[in-house]
Amino acid sequence: MSGNASRNEKLEALLERFPEMKPKDKMALDRQPMPEQAPEERRSNMLEVALGFDDLAAQLESLRCLECKTHPCVEGCPVGVDIPGFIARLREGDFEGAIAKIRETNCLPAITGRVCPQESQCQLKCMVGKSKKDVNEAVSIGRLERFVADWKRAQGKTEALQLPPGTGHRVAVVGSGPAGLSAAGDLIKMGHSATVFEAFHKLGGVLIYGIPEFRLPKCIVQAEIDYLKSLGVEFQVNVVIGQTITLDELLEEEGFDAVFVATGAGLPHFMQIPGEELIGVYSANEFLTRINLMEAYKFPEADTPPIRLKNVAVLGGGNVAMDCARTSLRMGAENVYLVYRRSEAELPARAEEVHHAKEEGVQFRLLTNATEILAGDDGRVRAIKAVNMELGEPDASGRRRPVPVAGSEHEIEVDAVIEAIGNSPNPLIANTTPEIKTTKRGTVVVDEETCRTSKKGVFAGGDIVSGAATVILAMGQGRRAASSIDDYLNTGVW
Amino acid sequence: MNKILEKKKLADKTWLFRVEAPMIAKRRKAGQFVVLRVWEKGERFPLTIADADPVEGSITLIFQSVGKSTMLLGELEAGDQILDLVGPLGRPTHVEKFGNVVMIGGGIGIAPTHPIAQAMKQAGNHVISILGARTKELLIMEPEMRKASDETVIVTDDGSYGTKGFVTDALKKLIDSGLKVDLVLAIGPPIMMRSVAELTRPYGIKTLVSLNTIMIDGTGMCGGCRIRYNGENRFVCVDGPEFDAHKVDFASMLKRQQAYRDAEKLSMELLEKAESKPGHGFGEVGCTFHRALRPDGADTAMVSGGN
Ligand SMILES: Cc1cc2nc3c(=O)[nH]c(=O)nc-3n(C[C@H](O)[C@H](O)[C@H](O)COP(=O)(O)OP(=O)(O)OC[C@H]3O[C@@H](n4cnc5c(N)ncnc54)[C@H](O)[C@@H]3O)c2cc1C
Ligand SMILES: Cc1cc2nc3c(=O)[nH]c(=O)nc-3n(C[C@H](O)[C@H](O)[C@H](O)COP(=O)(O)OP(=O)(O)OC[C@H]3O[C@@H](n4cnc5c(N)ncnc54)[C@H](O)[C@@H]3O)c2cc1C
Ligand code: SF4
Ligand code: SF4
Ligand code: FES
Repeated sequence: MSGNASRNEKLEALLERFPEMKPKDKMALDRQPMPEQAPEERRSNMLEVALGFDDLAAQLESLRCLECKTHPCVEGCPVGVDIPGFIARLREGDFEGAIAKIRETNCLPAITGRVCPQESQCQLKCMVGKSKKDVNEAVSIGRLERFVADWKRAQGKTEALQLPPGTGHRVAVVGSGPAGLSAAGDLIKMGHSATVFEAFHKLGGVLIYGIPEFRLPKCIVQAEIDYLKSLGVEFQVNVVIGQTITLDELLEEEGFDAVFVATGAGLPHFMQIPGEELIGVYSANEFLTRINLMEAYKFPEADTPPIRLKNVAVLGGGNVAMDCARTSLRMGAENVYLVYRRSEAELPARAEEVHHAKEEGVQFRLLTNATEILAGDDGRVRAIKAVNMELGEPDASGRRRPVPVAGSEHEIEVDAVIEAIGNSPNPLIANTTPEIKTTKRGTVVVDEETCRTSKKGVFAGGDIVSGAATVILAMGQGRRAASSIDDYLNTGVW
Repeated sequence: MNKILEKKKLADKTWLFRVEAPMIAKRRKAGQFVVLRVWEKGERFPLTIADADPVEGSITLIFQSVGKSTMLLGELEAGDQILDLVGPLGRPTHVEKFGNVVMIGGGIGIAPTHPIAQAMKQAGNHVISILGARTKELLIMEPEMRKASDETVIVTDDGSYGTKGFVTDALKKLIDSGLKVDLVLAIGPPIMMRSVAELTRPYGIKTLVSLNTIMIDGTGMCGGCRIRYNGENRFVCVDGPEFDAHKVDFASMLKRQQAYRDAEKLSMELLEKAESKPGHGFGEVGCTFHRALRPDGADTAMVSGGN
């Protein structure tokens, strides 16, 4: 208590001084630490790792923002959140004003505040981090965004929104991930009716079946969905567009005036190495789906059996790989090896996830590549065969190409292998609607400005267009599509 | 939605459900399946669409209660709802006029052969069906299959009905008789499908099998249903379920089916324990499984039997 009291006094003193504070003074303020569950505790539970700022920490952190006129941070945000604008309101204790500011451009702040790769977006550009030559010293924009959104949710009441009179236009949204949800939310606010079709029995896309509970509590995603329901968005689960009903039928028989395709990139890649058919080899999607969507960690209370693992190799180095590795620990694995063929600098995962994974005891086998999965007598995985790598010349992606080191073959003993090496767009819709043009990679071709596909009345956005990307990009495209759909419905011009 | 309109017992532990599902009934084609879930914490599992009535808006499912999920489904009654039902999934059977088509159904596998036999006959094929069962009581759908076929041969393992022997014996006899077999389509236990594949391989007879791997989503996003096919990965739920039997790696598929045997056994044991409790029945205190099955069963807590 006394700690808090003295922090309170500190805040008040600082607030009083604030008008006279020079950038130098603000930069001298310490970055507020994020309260977290201790590593040894959290590695055996599914609860959220980062606990969030309290009011005080949030306000103290907000004092670090220089409120730069040029606000470079805003350029770093894919949807252009007015960062200094919301932080100023937060500093003044006007949390309501802060959330309203964020919501002008970002409709899922509780989610993006948690999962955006801030260190390569808004915080990368932040002047404070730049001046201190350390991105980890930037203003904690994501954490502040999360704080404001969580504060709002804790108030419990959502303001009754004045919806415009109905236009009579009906839009079908295919897929309930961040792209679909944000499009549906905007469409309904424009007065159109929106019906979201989802293949799974639960709504939320990757936010539900992919990103684990300990990083993004499912109740947060549910709250967003409940809010959309309260606005009048209709949801139909267990409908696979292309199978249960086709796009053409939606437009021609079911009376929809436009369709937004946001089916994501759900098709898992496999390494194509020998031994992948063995028992104990899983795609990241299967592993995470069993645990997140089907709640296999509650087996036998839930019917879906979990994956028994003691020693696990996770192949890959992105967010998906980190999630699999950290989930494996929580499922009781003793040794979790993260096998990645490049070096630490190239790990595509968010810095925070890498940091958390290390703290929890994930063993990084960097510059290592799996070449074969070896079977025991029972047809189950016994080990992986791996080879050390070194970095050679830059390849097409601009990153240095890993090449095997001769004579470095070795075995890593494991009983499960989880492949997290990427996903491609699900081909179901393109296969059943040949008029929709796709690229060689399977992504749907759209006009970047309007999100229009090659088929009249059909728009697309999110991972189905960009390939596996991020929540904020998917959300941004969903919103752009909604405004473009609105144009189309109002003008009738394609 | 998903209301059970009719429930019929076909044999021991074998049920026929007619289920309200207008969208699926309208679109489904022979060879496709649905994925369902019975209660809030239930698994997703696949069942073939055995028949459909697009006018009534219903589909027919025929299944055997072999484990917890199919057992819980079998406990539902006419008038109950199936919590989740999605489909039609998978690619439809490629139907055209081949000539002489032999349909082989083993055990519960007879049910999924029925719509295909119907479609094949309608396309002008001469359909010969070979139906196999362990014993007479377990043979299902004989009248329906006779109606959908030009000729029907029945075999039982114990000789209690039809000819004694396996479906492969009957198929061999057909081939030896000199009949030109243009296509064989076999559905049943994996071992049976493998035996059929081995039998027809030397004759070069085109042979299809409908594979029943373990599935989760059924839409191509998990890869759990993958098999080795001609040296490559294939996803049964979206690339199949039918495949050229001569290219399927049955050995690894058979192994993969065993992946969850221990967990499946545990699930069943817990279910049986719950069922033997006093006061067992819908809505009563004894059995939380059953309460959970009911939409009004607010409490979805489960028996505690392990952690
Ligand atoms: C494990 C994991 C961790 C990640 N971590 C991060 C992170 O930390 N930060 C970040 O920014 N991004 C992260 N991502 C990426 C991010 O989740 C995605 O970029 C984003 O969810 C894409 O949104 P979307 O709306 O395009 O598609 P999705 O979220 O994939 O949603 C698509 C939805 O469409 C449904 N669907 C598909 N086909 C059909 C059909 N035919 N009919 C009906 N419905 C259909 C799917 O079931 C799904 O629900 C992660 C991804 C994964 C898998
Ligand atoms: C495309 C497809 C269509 C199917 N159609 C039908 C159908 O029309 N009627 C029907 O009765 N069954 C059908 N099956 C099989 C059905 O899905 C399984 O019987 C069911 O999933 C078993 O679940 P459970 O929890 O009751 O049993 P579990 O406890 O999961 O398993 C019990 C026993 O069944 C075996 N088993 C588990 N899953 C399968 C499986 N997918 N196929 C075969 N054996 C399995 C297990 O090895 C175990 O011995 C189909 C499967 C697929 C993939
Ligand atoms: S949406 Fe993401 S990138 Fe934009 S300000 Fe928020 S955390 Fe930063
Ligand atoms: S760049 Fe950093 S300091 Fe400047 S306005 Fe943005 S968050 Fe504040
Ligand atoms: S069941 Fe998941 S890909 Fe086939």
